[in-house]
Amino acid sequence: MATLDHYLILSAILFCIGIFGLLTRRNAIGVLMSIELMFNSANINFIAFSKFITPEALTGQIFAVFVITVAAAEAAVGLAIVVLMYRNFDIVNVDNINFMKW
Amino acid sequence: MQLAIFTIFSIMCIAGAILVITLRSPVSSAIALVFVMCTIAGLFALIGGLFVAAIQVIVYAGAVMVLFLFVIMLLNIKDELIQRDEKKLTRILGGVLGAAFLLEIGFFVRKGLTSGSPGLFMPAPNEFSSIESISTSIFTKYLFAFEVTSILLLVAIVGAIMLARGKGRTET
Amino acid sequence: MVLLDYIIMIAKVLVIFGGLMGMVAYMTLFERRMVAFIQTRKGPNRVGFEGLLQPIADAIKLLSKEDVTPVNANRIIFNLAPVLTFVPALLTIAVVPVADNVSLFGKEIRMVISDMNIGILFILAVASMGIYGVILGGWSANSKYPLLGGLRASAQMISYEVSLGLALVGLLMVAGTFSLTEIVEQQDSILKLGIVRQPLGFILFSIAVLAETNRIPFDLPEAEAELVGGYNTEYSGMKFAMFFMAEYAHIITTSMVVTTLYLGGWQGPILPPVIWFLIKVVFILFAFVWIRGTLPRFRYDQLMRFGWLVMLPLALLNIFVTGVILAI
Repeated sequence: MATLDHYLILSAILFCIGIFGLLTRRNAIGVLMSIELMFNSANINFIAFSKFITPEALTGQIFAVFVITVAAAEAAVGLAIVVLMYRNFDIVNVDNINFMKW
Repeated sequence: MQLAIFTIFSIMCIAGAILVITLRSPVSSAIALVFVMCTIAGLFALIGGLFVAAIQVIVYAGAVMVLFLFVIMLLNIKDELIQRDEKKLTRILGGVLGAAFLLEIGFFVRKGLTSGSPGLFMPAPNEFSSIESISTSIFTKYLFAFEVTSILLLVAIVGAIMLARGKGRTET
Repeated sequence: MVLLDYIIMIAKVLVIFGGLMGMVAYMTLFERRMVAFIQTRKGPNRVGFEGLLQPIADAIKLLSKEDVTPVNANRIIFNLAPVLTFVPALLTIAVVPVADNVSLFGKEIRMVISDMNIGILFILAVASMGIYGVILGGWSANSKYPLLGGLRASAQMISYEVSLGLALVGLLMVAGTFSLTEIVEQQDSILKLGIVRQPLGFILFSIAVLAETNRIPFDLPEAEAELVGGYNTEYSGMKFAMFFMAEYAHIITTSMVVTTLYLGGWQGPILPPVIWFLIKVVFILFAFVWIRGTLPRFRYDQLMRFGWLVMLPLALLNIFVTGVILAI
């Protein structure tokens, strides 16, 4: 039987991988994808708590749906920024966009 | 049986996640991320969250990741250059943070994270995966949050279009 | 007893998928003969009686062809793409009930592979995964026409998926369930058919399905005149055949879904349920071919404008009207 512990450990590992990716990827797309990984690990926690702690309340599932919505909005705006970055600077590396004024 | 399925899915999930952050080609990363999303949907379905699993596949794997691929192909983003050593600080920071989290997990696992909590695997009531009960609570108890989400999506649409459209066609 | 359950399960999967593959093979012949009939030609009629062995001849031809991979292609993704197109096209059939429940060996057998209570969401999820094969196939060949075809395909499929989902909402409001089995069981008289209760929804869903399957008049991703062969230009031999089979499998499974949701599935008088189901599916397939034989292709900007400015508002209107009628 998979228990709450299993799900929490999995989600923590995913979160670590996401954080590592976020700090090491240089590509803006890679950074966004790492953020998606972290969103997903949060979702696993929501579902697991909802299932194992309060199965009758459904709150966790509904929050997971909201998290997915927010992640979709975040991805859309983030990718628009990437497109803009590429159009203005011809690069998508986040390290090189380090000036506030042009 | 359930544990075996969980183990298989979680190993695939972690392997996929490692591929996401290590592969240098953005397209391969994106495919690995789609794979991770699908395994996570499987993990949701395993504990009865069928609705969220379906939403995960439809929204994440089916729409968000297609958007990612679309942008990658449109901009023709090349493979990431191997210049990572140049940015030692962030790598070390990332490693330290990741390791700290892993230690924390190890600590809690040893301590027994939820050993005191009520029965670890409660048989879920039938409503757990029923769309009817989920939608009832979304449209009654969480109606305000739901409406706010719709405004958030509207703002995101307008923002994305404004950003990506640029300052008109005059500028080249 | 458990063993018997497993045997029944495997038998169901084998029979339904075997039937589907057979239909895929003969759909190619059906389409070619029908289009030939519409265009007053003869069509393939030499191999076997009236061309009945033509699909087998085609299969042998494609299998024995040389399998070319472009030099600059991304090999792994190039090989993966046909599979990623083919599998989602087949998966949809898992939730479609093909007949009424049958009693066999003193057990009641449901004639559906998996009767889940989120059947329609499953169909939408699988449909959304179908994009990947097309877009990756176009990208991995590292050639311009396939890339353009792949980008067009993904934009088109995402746009029409929105209308597809919203067109279904009206039906869901009337039916009050996500399970395909229950939806079929509700449509037991002619006035309760989905097409009667949701005429606009039916039309919108059919158009969206045409766009999802990349059929004429929405076959922009593979427009021969401007994009050579679209996303599968660089494919040859068996991989090309898989794209081809995926397209036909997709057409057949979506015809089954349309039949199930709007035409009452296996419901019908006198004849056995499976026969009714097949009659309705073949009718929809004929409509697909008929449309191909009669309509010209959209232009790309027309396609997008139609999707967002006509289909989407109409789908929302359909939901609104359905809601008003249900409230009265």
